[in-house]
Amino acid sequence: MSAGQPTLAAYLILGAILFSIGVVGIFLNRKNVIILLMAIELLLLAVNINLVAFSRYLGNLDGQVFVFFILTVAAAEAAIGLAILVVYFRNRHSINVDDIDELRG
Amino acid sequence: MLPVTTILFYVFSAILLGSATLVVTARNPVYATLYLVLAFFNAAALFILLGAEFLGLILILVYVGAVMVLFLFVVMMLDINLARLKEGFLSYLPLGLAIAILGVLELAVVFWTSPLGHITAPAAIPANADNTRALGILLYTQYLYPFEIAAVILLVAIIAAIALTLRRRTGAKTQNIGAQMAVRAKDRVHLVDLREPKS
Repeated sequence: MSAGQPTLAAYLILGAILFSIGVVGIFLNRKNVIILLMAIELLLLAVNINLVAFSRYLGNLDGQVFVFFILTVAAAEAAIGLAILVVYFRNRHSINVDDIDELRG
Repeated sequence: MLPVTTILFYVFSAILLGSATLVVTARNPVYATLYLVLAFFNAAALFILLGAEFLGLILILVYVGAVMVLFLFVVMMLDINLARLKEGFLSYLPLGLAIAILGVLELAVVFWTSPLGHITAPAAIPANADNTRALGILLYTQYLYPFEIAAVILLVAIIAAIALTLRRRTGAKTQNIGAQMAVRAKDRVHLVDLREPKS
């Protein structure tokens, strides 16, 4: 590692580990919808770190603009996801994924 | 002696990964939300370390200030049976860990072998660089239409969230504002002529 900043690979591997933690979170908390939504936020954060690192190391600001859009869409997704969760809990008094089988034939 | 930015990078990365692990393993969803707040703070610090000050501050303001508070509201509002939700927690652990470790190893091999991963010298930031100004110029010229679409997406999210959670109760006494505004004096006041009719 040369003097100064860490390499681009360091940031990319940080993003990869964070993404994997999010995937493990989806596996572990397969029943809890709130933790599933949080794991999705972690996945998006990992992608954002990758985009900002590329933007910095390649000297191109477009990556940061895309991070801006990802933040916008993630905020909208969290709001709608939590609204659906509240409506679901109001009807079924549970947030267990296994209980969402009304559409099963 | 490592440069201070490198030390800061490793410190923030370690806290970020530790709190992310706690997010997915915490027993109580309130703790998970608070650990997610910590993770976002460290990610914001990493963004600022990378010279993206605007995104770092936006991450704290929008994510910690708005989205995470929304999560906390929902977590505290719902009375969840935690014991049932933790069923089968450990039975998925080996498969999940195997997939995660495999994914990280594959990506690490790709990063270390490809020439992209060895870019060491980032473009030097000029002393008077203004990240927010540069981002704003790009956003309002080249990315104007995506920017407007992002605004529409947020509007759709607002309307959808309100429409989903709006509950109309039947039988509750409420004011009908339209009927109140449309009422006229002759609907309420009847002038009765009490004089004795002339014969």
